[in-house]
Amino acid sequence: MPTVSVSRKRPLLSRIPVVHQVRQSVGLQRGMLLAGLAITGIFLIAAFFAPAIAPYGFSQLHDASGSFGAQQPPSPAHIWGTTVGGYDVFSRVVWGSQTALGVIVVSVVLSIFAGIFLGLVSGYFGGWLDRVLVVVCDAVYAFPSLLLAIVMSIVISGGQSKLWGGILAAAISITVVFIPQYFRVIRAEAVRIKAEAYVESARVVGAGNGRIMFRHVLRNATRTLPLIFTLNSSEAILTLAGLGFLGFGIEPTAASEWGYDLNKALSDVTSGIWWTALYPGLAIVLVVLGVTLVGESLNDLADPRLRGRRAVAKASGDVAETSVVPGGTLAAPGGVGELEGAGLLGDDGIEVRS
Amino acid sequence: MTTTVTGAKAPTGPEPSAPASARRRRRRSSGGLARYIVIRAVLILPTIFILVSLVFFLMRSTGDPITAALGGRLTPDQLAVRIHAAGYDRPLLVQYFEYLGQIFTGNFGTTLSDNQPVTEILTHYGSATLELAFYSLIVAFIVGIPLGMVAAYFRDRGRDAALRVFAILCYATPVFFAGLLLKLIFSIWLDVLPVAGRASTGSELQMELLPHKTGIYLIDAFQTGSMAVVGDVLQHAVLPAVALGLLTAGVFLRLVRTNVIGTLSTDYVDAARSRGVGEFRLVRKHAYRPALIPIITVIGLQIALLLGGAVLTETTFEWKGLGFELAHYLQARDFVAVQGMVALLAVIVAVTNFVVDIIAALIDPRVRY
Repeated sequence: MPTVSVSRKRPLLSRIPVVHQVRQSVGLQRGMLLAGLAITGIFLIAAFFAPAIAPYGFSQLHDASGSFGAQQPPSPAHIWGTTVGGYDVFSRVVWGSQTALGVIVVSVVLSIFAGIFLGLVSGYFGGWLDRVLVVVCDAVYAFPSLLLAIVMSIVISGGQSKLWGGILAAAISITVVFIPQYFRVIRAEAVRIKAEAYVESARVVGAGNGRIMFRHVLRNATRTLPLIFTLNSSEAILTLAGLGFLGFGIEPTAASEWGYDLNKALSDVTSGIWWTALYPGLAIVLVVLGVTLVGESLNDLADPRLRGRRAVAKASGDVAETSVVPGGTLAAPGGVGELEGAGLLGDDGIEVRS
Repeated sequence: MTTTVTGAKAPTGPEPSAPASARRRRRRSSGGLARYIVIRAVLILPTIFILVSLVFFLMRSTGDPITAALGGRLTPDQLAVRIHAAGYDRPLLVQYFEYLGQIFTGNFGTTLSDNQPVTEILTHYGSATLELAFYSLIVAFIVGIPLGMVAAYFRDRGRDAALRVFAILCYATPVFFAGLLLKLIFSIWLDVLPVAGRASTGSELQMELLPHKTGIYLIDAFQTGSMAVVGDVLQHAVLPAVALGLLTAGVFLRLVRTNVIGTLSTDYVDAARSRGVGEFRLVRKHAYRPALIPIITVIGLQIALLLGGAVLTETTFEWKGLGFELAHYLQARDFVAVQGMVALLAVIVAVTNFVVDIIAALIDPRVRY
């Protein structure tokens, strides 16, 4: 087979997660996806290059020309003014993106690992462990996530947060809220997949439980994860901001956190000082908006019923029916999922239509 | 099928218990609803039990609440005396069972900082939170449902995109930021609505004199018989209700949109259209009604979101409800109060979910065990 590398997989460019979806999308859907990607990109740039972008440090109170002064209106020296604590608003907003990104990454990674592991074990083995985990996760899932995060942050940091401890505490608090979501999705998938023919044949060949679980079940169960991932990222930012707003955030000297700044801005607003509240708030709204737009668009593109109508005929062979609803519409017969599964099983070239 | 132990249950389907019992229920056609209510009611207990236990062990894993609250202010000896008096030096399991027993009798503990029973806080401040939740649900319905229908009808066109972005914005804006903006615009710059609180001092004094206070200010205001008081109470409610309501409105908008899109493509809508039913009536009557069922189910989940949002909204607007008190006790590091209130809220969430599920079952006969 001279063209084996071509026929095995789609071209590299379209296998990069989002690129394929951008090409697949049309019209408004593409606009929303691109807008989301642009906002998310700006957020990531701000987070990575915060030291270069921000004119001052997040806890800097004075420079060579003296103290900044509290609640100064926007001026050339402080383009977004200064806070009641005397910090530069623009710098704190920029530095805040770093904190937010750190919390998102830590919380999502932790919850993915914990949630996937629990869901996989629970769905694959079943039995009493499954029952118990389902009941516990359902109970936690139904509970106000902010309250749970508050309880967790009390547990972890006693309600007072320092530098990385604060970021970790916030991230772990959010993780606990997210685990049930990953758990549910992965468990539902595992229950479905373990009855598939290729799992049976793997068992007949003599594969152990561990190999079947991670190689056959997990690999086929992760299709919906990117969607939950984006939706959770936005929820992580909101929960972090909520915690900060209630005074459970990160100390201003340790890191910059938007929710904390908004808490401090609460009293400013009553005296008509708008710049301390507006900018950190807008930062939260924009980042959540951007990440959610990406997530929503990916979700819609993965679901033929929601995809832009003109695109359905063009690309319908490519994407199996997916749904973030646990145990949802995944049983599409002859869908690509099964093809990919077969490809994984044999570990050699079964051509996937593109 | 497979012969292994794990594979043996596979034919029952993805949810081992639900479909099996559903099949059983279809065979027995009478008494379904009553049975559903009983099963659903019994299922609340483990939920409450798990949450209460979880909160207890999590909170206690950090140490005892007295050290947390008074740690820096008392000498170790004084602390030890207090800890012993409150019984926090006994084995954790003993404390746990005592706590469970207390909760079973409706005792959620007594706050450390001001020595109030937690249930007292509920009766005192619960009505305020209830009132806020009620107002914001009204806002959510008024904003979310019609806009969702519009978005569904204009699917994939400009209006739909704008409305969807609006829905995401509703979700993306933290309630406290929305609250701050609303305050800034309507209370400070335009000066048309009050900044914070549930009513002005004058109205509160008038309501204080009522013989049968309900704690729900709108009802109390009507009891005073003065339209000025009613107006005052409503004015205070507008901004918090909008801030919290928009959060839920976004969820409703998306839900109505997705479901109406689903029903708009059904055969009976096509049939109705071919009979000459007008487009407005098609959306309003034919497509919208069946799309309502999932919304009612989701309201149950919204209660949790609403309560979480209420904590933040109440703090923003100094709306003296459960959330405001919770934030207050958090600041005071009174973790007995926090634990009690969180446990109490868990019970409230479980019970509201139960009620919503029952309503959903009454409306939709398919929702049964």
